[in-house]
Amino acid sequence: MALSRLSSRSTTLFQPLAAAFPTTLRRHISTDTTPITVETSLPFTSHLVEPPSRAVETSSSELLSFFRDMALMRRMEIAADSLYKAKLIRGFCHLYDGQEAVAIGMEAAITRRDAIITSYRDHCTFLGRGGGIFEAFSELMGRTTGCSKGKGGSMHFYKKDASFYGGHGIVGAQAPLGCGLAFAQKYSKEEAVTFTLYGDGAANQGQLFEALNIAALWDLPAVLVCENNHYGMGTAEWRSAKSPAYFKRGDYVPGLKVDGMDALAVKQACKFAKEHALKNGPIILEMDTYRYHGHSMSDPGSTYRTRDEISGVRQVRDPIDRVRKLIISHDIATEKELKDMEKEVRKEVDAAVAQAKESPIPEPSDLFTNIYVKGFGSESFGADRKELRATLP
Amino acid sequence: MWGILRQRAVVDGGLSLRRTRSALVSARSYAAGSKEMTVRDALNSAIDEEMSADPKVFVMGEEVGQYQGAYKITKGLLEKYGPERVYDTPITEAGFTGIGVGAAYAGLKPVVEFMTFNFSMQAIDHIINSAAKSNYMSAGQINVPIVFRGPNGAAAGVGAQHSQCYAAWYASVPGLKVLAPYSAEDARGLLKAAIRDPDPVVFLENELLYGESFPISEEALDSSFCLPIGKAKIEREGKDVTIVTFSKMVGFALKAAEKLAEEGISAEVINLRSIRPLDRATINASVRKTSRLVTVEEGFPQHGVCAEICASVVEESFSYLDAPVERIAGADVPMPYAANLERLALPQVEDIVRAAKRACYRSK
Repeated sequence: MALSRLSSRSTTLFQPLAAAFPTTLRRHISTDTTPITVETSLPFTSHLVEPPSRAVETSSSELLSFFRDMALMRRMEIAADSLYKAKLIRGFCHLYDGQEAVAIGMEAAITRRDAIITSYRDHCTFLGRGGGIFEAFSELMGRTTGCSKGKGGSMHFYKKDASFYGGHGIVGAQAPLGCGLAFAQKYSKEEAVTFTLYGDGAANQGQLFEALNIAALWDLPAVLVCENNHYGMGTAEWRSAKSPAYFKRGDYVPGLKVDGMDALAVKQACKFAKEHALKNGPIILEMDTYRYHGHSMSDPGSTYRTRDEISGVRQVRDPIDRVRKLIISHDIATEKELKDMEKEVRKEVDAAVAQAKESPIPEPSDLFTNIYVKGFGSESFGADRKELRATLP
Repeated sequence: MWGILRQRAVVDGGLSLRRTRSALVSARSYAAGSKEMTVRDALNSAIDEEMSADPKVFVMGEEVGQYQGAYKITKGLLEKYGPERVYDTPITEAGFTGIGVGAAYAGLKPVVEFMTFNFSMQAIDHIINSAAKSNYMSAGQINVPIVFRGPNGAAAGVGAQHSQCYAAWYASVPGLKVLAPYSAEDARGLLKAAIRDPDPVVFLENELLYGESFPISEEALDSSFCLPIGKAKIEREGKDVTIVTFSKMVGFALKAAEKLAEEGISAEVINLRSIRPLDRATINASVRKTSRLVTVEEGFPQHGVCAEICASVVEESFSYLDAPVERIAGADVPMPYAANLERLALPQVEDIVRAAKRACYRSK
């Protein structure tokens, strides 16, 4: 997996020195897995359930991996912004920068047998599941080296071998789909759960409530995660929801409100939710989070919110800075070491972008692949059926 | 492939069941001693056998379990397989269809029942955007082995909101397969093929056919029986005019062929069985033989299945046509309730006969 390789590579640079000189003046980046306990920024607010403790167990190596992984996600999204402006990415491009803690904290609490399904804001979720930045950039630029071979685009990243089921363009559709994944896990007795992510905009969708009803009736191991970034496209939550307390909207389904900018709070909540879902059926997690970009690259993001609000959140609640401060205050690494890590990440992202730019576009025959698993020799047609047609195997 | 007089029944998944069957046998005639089966029992036995063969197959829908099925198609399945294989859902199509598609993403094989396909409109986003397109968008990572089944088209006196035919809508979508059985053998063979198929299948039944009995062969009763998807069946051979249709209208077309025979017109009746993929080869081969085409469907005429068939024949077999192509379809109106108006809103045998005669007396 790309992300773990990065963290282990950087930390081995510093180990030998410390081993040779126990009283060295140079402190080394810790790869310690001894538990450190950190308090979450805020207590959890709960609905119909006892909230978990604010004290979260973590370790030096986990905090460093959080930092690096989130830095990679952040850099990837910023690079995508530039590529979109350079017209190398077309169509829709929904960026996740600001929300990284949700993806990262979740992964720390679950396994690859637990499933994740999300909306179109899926680049970082894909990375969290073990997807690579090269595959991501290739897909965004429509190349065959993309995770969907260029056929899907920004909104349709998948990684089935890591139980990541996309990447969905229709707001709210992933809610029943995710409950269906949970259904299958229960049916097959897998002892795993499904995390279904949706936004505050999707939280009003009828199909969400239909799916919750069935999930609760049938005790499905479903964790519904509302990534509340407070704006459904350009509409603020108070303008679209009579009750923006999304963690309570499940009515008979318990819920937890979580500071989504605090990766450790996210981890704690997801761990709690997984245990709950396996025993008691569905639970809702509302992640209080924020996106720095607009809804998509077509939205400047500043017509319905002030620049002060955006920069205010960045200054006070940025998820990467929170972990940076934790690392420094626990003496796990220095500020310079972290900045060096960020520089390395930036180089990696630049290299992946450059490689993706050189990658091939699909063949014309790829127009007709994967329509069906079994085409039975039927025909498909191009715009001029007398000019372009294909037999589907 | 052209001018086929015999057909092969091929089971997919590698099992092959070869037999030749005369295409001259109409649905009604049978040798003494052979069995008959209703379409309802055919569908029920097909689901039962596929559930028995594959533990990943499960049934989901309104009233499919304890009520024994709104139209009794799933009768006895809850008792036989238990509540972990047969699920009664609340009346929430969008929700339970999405759940079915999600289960299929994870590799299960749901058979989702719509009480009628009119209600599938509540879930159509999942059928098309979540199911049909996923294999393509994911470049083959996520296939969706789901079957959406239920009665389609007009029943009797159920009015405008309960009588629409969805064949044209679903069959226009790449990534879906759309099947429409007529006889009991069609029902068994096509539903078994649909359940085994790794792609999403829309399976359009007909309420008025559920109670009809058809002769059924020993092979068709075998649990490994399967019909090929994408192959039409020539129900009745003829040489003067080709009548192409599906579902209930096949019965009407066969009656029309009898009437036409009395007047010296030999009609070839093709039962599509598969709306998508459409068996253009069989249709065109037949028209190249007869030079005349009549297409029949129950659904709305504009942008219908018949329109696609006519376009295909005009494109591929233009120089063989001796008359303009003919379309007989449901009336271009929402379905009325009054019995006489309902009759006027649906194709009748005499409409098919008239169109065939037009095709035969026209030109030259």
